[in-house]
Amino acid sequence: MNDAHAQAARTDETLPDAVTTWPHLVRIELLTTLVAMVLLTVWSIVVDAPLEEAADPNRTPDPSKAPWYFLGLQELLVYFDPWIAGVIVPALIILGLMAIPYLDRNPRGSGYYTLRERPFSIAVFLFGFLGLWIVPILIGVFCRGPGWNWYWPWEPWDIAHATHLTNINLTDWLGVPSALGGVFVCAWYSLGGAFWLWRRKSPALLQLGGARYAVTAFLLLTMTAIPLKMALRLLVNVKYVWVTPWFNI
Amino acid sequence: MSPPAERPGFWQQVYRSVFRHRFDDTPRNRVLQITSNVFLHLHPATIRRHGLRLRFTWGMGGLSFLMFLVTVVTGVILMFYYRPTAAAAYIDMKNLQHEIPFGMIQRNMHRWGAHAMVILVWLHMLRVFLSGSYKPPREFNWTVGVLLLTLTMLLSFTGYLLPWDQLARWAITVGTNMAAATPFIGHQGPGAGLTGVTERTDIRALLLGGPQVGDAALLRFYVLHCVFLPIIASVFMIVHFWRVRKDGGISGPPHAEDAASSPGGPRA
Ligand code: HEM
Repeated sequence: MNDAHAQAARTDETLPDAVTTWPHLVRIELLTTLVAMVLLTVWSIVVDAPLEEAADPNRTPDPSKAPWYFLGLQELLVYFDPWIAGVIVPALIILGLMAIPYLDRNPRGSGYYTLRERPFSIAVFLFGFLGLWIVPILIGVFCRGPGWNWYWPWEPWDIAHATHLTNINLTDWLGVPSALGGVFVCAWYSLGGAFWLWRRKSPALLQLGGARYAVTAFLLLTMTAIPLKMALRLLVNVKYVWVTPWFNI
Repeated sequence: MSPPAERPGFWQQVYRSVFRHRFDDTPRNRVLQITSNVFLHLHPATIRRHGLRLRFTWGMGGLSFLMFLVTVVTGVILMFYYRPTAAAAYIDMKNLQHEIPFGMIQRNMHRWGAHAMVILVWLHMLRVFLSGSYKPPREFNWTVGVLLLTLTMLLSFTGYLLPWDQLARWAITVGTNMAAATPFIGHQGPGAGLTGVTERTDIRALLLGGPQVGDAALLRFYVLHCVFLPIIASVFMIVHFWRVRKDGGISGPPHAEDAASSPGGPRA
């Protein structure tokens, strides 16, 4: 550091490794802006934004796809009713993301990259971000064709793909009364309670406290229930776990 | 009366009235560059070396903001050539692409800039999570960020309808059909029987101005896309940038000397 740096840094004594924003940060901003604008301009010269035929309310395209960034939610429609896939799940994503800083009480790993000091929270976030958001979007963009059937990207959409699977409800498949479906769902969420009773004296759960633990457990069990239901559908053609006159799960 | 030699000339007076300081590279001028410029004053005058590293921030927050600015500028230009009615919208798009000089590239930059913004905001969130930068004292700024994420996607979604082609109309139909499934306030959702909402009175009808995607929906999405959402997003961005500073600047590993007093660094 030369004298000027040292003197400027001293303008804020609380920041021992500080440098002046001008030019150190401003030049980085200028350069990244230039590079980004060059890339965006080239992209916009080379690739045209799509414009299909005029909107026609009488002709429904097959498949009708939502914008790509919502295709993860549309993909969930295969496995869940619209009120879950389109309303409950997005609401839980937004509220759950907002809650993260208030649920994660681990003081370590603040302001630097570390996997070792917070393996659990990073694993959960990557599972959600990649597994529940990015992968379903890629499936929706590249692997879904007419009838929302699965087509590999290199397969033409005209080959016959009619899969007439008959899905059955879990309780019918097991041959038990349909009210038991509610018991299954409650049992799944009470796993959170059971784990609490088992481990509530552990340092991690003591630090978390009851209310935070309840919210965390609910969110985690909901996150894991999604691939679980997908597996039930794909492996044994289960349509609903719990059927009621008002809603189906 | 001061002697004439000290009176600045005309150009000098104009220059000083605009900039207030000189540009020779002195520590004082480096600080003034930032503090006497309303835009650069978003930044503090000094910054921890750590916060400069692209390897740490990935530059994603700043680039998200840049993409927002690109869409604002190109969007205003597109508005000169676009009328939000079912009769005119598609024709205006065709004209824009084929008749208006540089119309196509304006449209492309608007569209690809918006897509880039969605992706960059996701990556920004990923980096903030992986670097643990949402931890105290930055919890609130993370929640502001989640609102910005939601607003970014809503901006993109409302814009998707405006070209009024098949792609647009049906993507918005699929998207807004979800609203019809909202419990109690959507006519296809659980509990619709209890509240008695119909396809003309439910939440989707509020969004679309009617039971399906038509003229009213186009006008609603246009106003949301061009006026309402950009203003709301700008307000939250101002809060977000302000809080980055107030929460102690870009996060970094704690200093040996102040780690004990306040976790996550000093407050600016
Ligand atoms: C329109 C969207 C957004 C814009 C323009 C934006 C912009 C920025 C900028 C310029 C910074 C400075 C540091 C950096 O570039 O990384 C920043 C920091 C931050 N952002 Fe965002 N952001 C947006 C969305 C989000 C989202 C979605 C989140 C999280 C869910 C978030 C959370 C944060 C936090 C916690 C910081 C402080 C990071 C630190 O101190 O290391 N932001 N944001």
